[in-house]
Amino acid sequence: MNAITITNLSKKYGGFTAVDDLNLTIEQGELFSLLGVNGAGKTTTIKMLSCLIQPTGGDAVLLGDNVTEHQQAVKAKINISPQETAVAANLSVIENLELIAGIYGQDSKTAKISADKMATQFGLDDVRNKKSKQLSGGMQRRLSIAMALISNPKILFLDEPTLGLDVLARRELWASIKSLKGKVTIILTTHYLEEVEALSDRVGIMSKGKLTAIGSVEELTGQTGTSRLEDAFVMLSGGAV
Amino acid sequence: MRIVLFAKRNTKEILRDPTNLFFGLGFPLILLVLLSVINASIPAEANNTMFAIENLAPGLAMFGTAFMALFSGMLLSKDRTSSFLMRLFASPMTSLDFILGYTLPLFVMALAQAAITLFASCIAGLELTVNLLPAILMTALTSLLFVGFGLLFGSLMNEKAVGGICGALLTNVAGWLSGVFIPLDLIGGAFKKTADILPFYHGVQAIKATLSGDFAQMMPHFSIVLVYMLVVFVLAVIAFQRKMNGDKV
Repeated sequence: MNAITITNLSKKYGGFTAVDDLNLTIEQGELFSLLGVNGAGKTTTIKMLSCLIQPTGGDAVLLGDNVTEHQQAVKAKINISPQETAVAANLSVIENLELIAGIYGQDSKTAKISADKMATQFGLDDVRNKKSKQLSGGMQRRLSIAMALISNPKILFLDEPTLGLDVLARRELWASIKSLKGKVTIILTTHYLEEVEALSDRVGIMSKGKLTAIGSVEELTGQTGTSRLEDAFVMLSGGAV
Repeated sequence: MRIVLFAKRNTKEILRDPTNLFFGLGFPLILLVLLSVINASIPAEANNTMFAIENLAPGLAMFGTAFMALFSGMLLSKDRTSSFLMRLFASPMTSLDFILGYTLPLFVMALAQAAITLFASCIAGLELTVNLLPAILMTALTSLLFVGFGLLFGSLMNEKAVGGICGALLTNVAGWLSGVFIPLDLIGGAFKKTADILPFYHGVQAIKATLSGDFAQMMPHFSIVLVYMLVVFVLAVIAFQRKMNGDKV
C-alpha cells in the first residue's frame, strides 16, 4: 500500500521553479532517499509534503489525506527532523521530548512514559536532565530524531540527519534509523552517498527541480553502467564522471 | 492544551536565561534605587518633582515592560533560525496556539515585574493603596504593546537585528519619549509633540492615573496605547502567519 502518492507536484517562486511536476509513489514502511545537489529541490519537496509550504501546482496524498486540503490531518500522521537540530535550547532532553509528545496530543502521563522510552531507545538516558544546548552535536541530532519519533508518526521526514556528525556518531545514528525500517515510512535527504547505500530501499535523484531517476542502488548503477552510486549519481545529475 | 504546553516552554526558555532575569526584574529596581537617590539629593527649593516617587514608579513600571519586546523578539527569532519553529509548524499547532503561547507568559511576567516594581516603590515612599492592583494590571496591559513589537520583529528579523531594534533602539526610544527620564514640558517643541504622538508617554500617564485612582484621566491615554497595540499585534500576526505558510515576507 502506498504511504505517499505525489502527482504533478510543483513549487515556483516567481520565475524560479524549485520543484517541477514531480510524480512519485512511496510504499508504507519504505526508506526512500532523495538525492540531489544543492538547490535540486529536495528540501522544497519535503517542505511541501510536510505542509510547511503550499505547492503552486499538483498535490500529494499521505495515507489518504492530501496536503493541499487536509493539512491538519496530514500533520497528525507525520513528523520531521529538520536540517538544523531544532531543539529547545534551555529545556532538558526529557522536557523537549515531553513537549513534543504533548503537542501531538499525548496526556502528561503518557508523554512522560513516551519520553522515557525514547531517551532509552536513543541512548539519551545519561543526559536526560541536561539542557539540550549543553549536548554535543551528535547527541543533539539523536534528540532531534527522538523528538520526531515520539509522536509515533506513520511518515517521518529526515532532512540531512547526519550533517556535521563525526563517523562514529553517524554510524550510531544509522543504527537507530535502520531499527525503524519497515515500521515507519521514512523519506531521507542527504549528501552522504554511503548513507544512502547503507539505509535506503529506493533512491530518487533530483536535478533542477525534476526527478531524473528512481530505483534501488543496484538499479541506478546498472542503469548508468557504473560500479559506484557516486558515479551513477553524478551521471544522473547531469555531471561528467 | 497546546497553548499551555507551549506557554510553559516559552516561560522556561526566558526565565532560564540569567540576562533576561536581570533586565526583566533587576534593572527596573536598580533604576528605582538610583533615581530615588538622585531625587533625595535635589533640594526642595528646586521644586523639581520629576523623580518624585509618584512620577517615577509608573514611569519605571512602563519602562521595565519595554524589555518584553526584547524577550519575545529574541525567543521567536531564535526559534525561527534554529528551525525549532519549523518542527512545530509541521505539527498540528495552529497560529492561535503560537500567538497566545508566546504572549501569555510575557503577560504574566509583566504582571510580576509590575508588582515587584510598584511594591518596591512603596518602600521608596509610594503610598500603598488598593489602586496598586489595577495599576499592576494596567502596566501588564501596556506591556502587550511591547510583546507585539517583539513578535513583529522576531517574525521578520534574525536575532542580531532583533537585539539591536528591540533591545537598544526600542528601549531607548520608549525611555526617552516616555517623559520618565527627560522633562517633556521643559524641552517642548518637536520632542514633546513626538512624545505625544507615540504611545510610550501615554502608557506612563495611564499607569499614573490608575495609581491615583483617576480612571477618567486614564482612559484617553490608554486608548492611544490600545490603538498602537492593536495595529502592532495585527501586523505581527500577519507577519507570523506568512512565515507559518512558508511565504517570503
